[in-house]
Amino acid sequence: MTRRIAFRNARLVDPANGIDVKGGLLVENGRIADVGPRLFNDAEPNNPEVIDAKGLVLAPGLIDCRVFTGEPGSEYRETLASASEAALAGGITTIVTMPNTDPIIDEPSLVDFILRRAAGTAKVRVAPMAALTKGLLGETMTEIGLLKEAGAVAFTDGDRTISNTRVLRRALAYASNFGALIVAHAEDPDLTEGASVTEGEFAMRLGLPGAPSAAEAIVVERDIRLVEMTGARYHFGQISTRAALDAIAAAKERGLPVTCGVSAHHLALNELDIASYRTFMKVKPPLRSEADRAAMVEGVASGLIDVIVSSHDPQAADTKRQTFAQSAFGAVGLETLLPVALGLVHDGRAHLSHVLKALTATPAKILGLTAGTLAKGAPADLVLIDIDEPFTLREAELRSRAHNTPFAGRRFHGRAAKTFVGGECVFERKK
Amino acid sequence: MTPAAADPILKSSHLLGIESLSVEEIGALLDLADSYVLLNRGATKKTDLLKGRTLINLFFEASTRTQASFELAGKRLGADVMNMSVKTSSVSKGETLIDTASTLNAMRPDILVVRHQDSGAAELLAAKLDCCVVNAGDGSHEHPTQALLDALTIRRRRGSFEGLIVAICGDVAHSRVARSNIHLLLKMGARVRLVAPRTLLPADADRFGAEIFHDMKEGLAGADIVMMLRLQLERMAGAFVPSTREYFRFYGLDHDKLKAAKPGALVMHPGPMNRGVEIDSAVADDIEISLIQEQVEMGVAIRMAVLDALSRGLSREGRNTP
Repeated sequence: MTRRIAFRNARLVDPANGIDVKGGLLVENGRIADVGPRLFNDAEPNNPEVIDAKGLVLAPGLIDCRVFTGEPGSEYRETLASASEAALAGGITTIVTMPNTDPIIDEPSLVDFILRRAAGTAKVRVAPMAALTKGLLGETMTEIGLLKEAGAVAFTDGDRTISNTRVLRRALAYASNFGALIVAHAEDPDLTEGASVTEGEFAMRLGLPGAPSAAEAIVVERDIRLVEMTGARYHFGQISTRAALDAIAAAKERGLPVTCGVSAHHLALNELDIASYRTFMKVKPPLRSEADRAAMVEGVASGLIDVIVSSHDPQAADTKRQTFAQSAFGAVGLETLLPVALGLVHDGRAHLSHVLKALTATPAKILGLTAGTLAKGAPADLVLIDIDEPFTLREAELRSRAHNTPFAGRRFHGRAAKTFVGGECVFERKK
Repeated sequence: MTPAAADPILKSSHLLGIESLSVEEIGALLDLADSYVLLNRGATKKTDLLKGRTLINLFFEASTRTQASFELAGKRLGADVMNMSVKTSSVSKGETLIDTASTLNAMRPDILVVRHQDSGAAELLAAKLDCCVVNAGDGSHEHPTQALLDALTIRRRRGSFEGLIVAICGDVAHSRVARSNIHLLLKMGARVRLVAPRTLLPADADRFGAEIFHDMKEGLAGADIVMMLRLQLERMAGAFVPSTREYFRFYGLDHDKLKAAKPGALVMHPGPMNRGVEIDSAVADDIEISLIQEQVEMGVAIRMAVLDALSRGLSREGRNTP
């Protein structure tokens, strides 16, 4: 029997097709069968399941390109199942996972493990990235071809920058054979060694070891040269400084296959939020100056920054209830990605469709996923968003196993009301 | 002294840094310390102000003089003093500083004096413990009692801080002593100069409100007080400066460089000194100009004043209510 769900009275926002209209959407057997402003106008849909959206935004489910989980190896921090719960509550229907687990995802059987484990325990779609170098050591490239066949959507050394330029050059050249996407972390490892904040007046007052913000642009500029030499598709997982953005803008101008992302916390927070050594504000790269934060917002608004990510990185009490220097980097973000992004809309910095594009259509395009659109035939990964719902984020209500959010107590407007994966309602917010 | 009727001096129940202290609080602590200098110079050095109170010295970093100074200060005020030295290596992996703190909290100390290699450690403990916390040095952040004892030393010699030119020389970047002193001296109306090679100055050091110099003679010109900082051994050999001999040649304080300062300028050093690295023995041992021994004496007095001031906030029933 064909299973149908009909959405009525929705504000359809489909950035992939430049659509933002009132209308309806029909799901058949987990895929989008029809969509449009006049759908269900004349007749009530002849379906057992009708969802009245009551004017809420119906958009493609979000794709989060940067998610650290604890599985395998650190399940006490986060499993694929707990990350899935958090993601779905955040309106995210695809998470792109990082390979720096234990063991590190650097061989095909481990990619397979992630996919099977996800299929068995998680409702969110999981798109694993594999390591670019074995053991993330930055020395020998992984089996890029086999890993890609196994289902790795991209290759990255996680939050490590490959410092050996020769190794990186060869990996890029080899990856380009397969059209593989490389996702890079841009922080000069020597300049940032031992540093936990951005160098400057604030770091000096706290007496915290800082790294210059230029540590990011130095790597970005180097990597762009290598992209120019090799033609590899290159995505900077998250940038945080104006200097890096300027370098990427110039590379795009020259037609190089370079894209970049920014994390929600680098859009919403600056270094002063560290206040009195708040370790939940310790992230990698570190929070930057207000000028750099503003530049990131500007970059999203102008479209020079392609995607917005959560950089979700669950940490438990043992790694966060420490002194600032000893505490681990990372903040959870699956449930705050959409609210932070909607903040740009409410602040008048960008249109809703533009912001959602950086969370749906563009990441899908970069990663080569079929999701991220409301087009007919696409998987019915959907999110109903109440873009005006006011709420205060409560740490204890987070669904992640770890609660290290930098946004505890912060007021937001807008979050997911319902989330669907393959046409199935996998999250519904209780009123 | 009539401690029972004593007025409160500090607004906070902790001493975590100089940055948050007011000019009045600093002045009152120095006044109180003056009285303890007199007591310490007498035959009977002991009072029973802190009788029955427990003071724990929790040192995660090795320290001889600061720990001894706090111990003596606590004992002279009649407190029971326990010293705990925790080598970093012996803190088992997985035990957080907060776990250690909780353990100590259960022993019900009244005052905890803590030194830790990480900035912010004292604040972290203060947030989690029920007792008064005194920061005896946290990472590169603050060392408030050192700045207070330096201030006491200067005030007893010069009367006031207004218009004094104080040159702080050496490894400012990694120095908690420098940060606390910069805050204190600027608050009290002195002019502060930072003199160091660029590798030993924090980025944006000028934002503190101090003047920056990279040449010793220029930095010392007209200075009333020359405060030398200790250069950590591991920072000398190529990492921040090429060698100790090169450092001494350009940044070590000797009589020749000191000539640039105001006649009668006084020299200070928080100790322990690296003779022949940041300071020449001829200067360090010159009792006409070196205040180094006096600083140690003032250290005990200032720590007694700090413990006295903090104890005024302790409830009579026991420790502070959480």
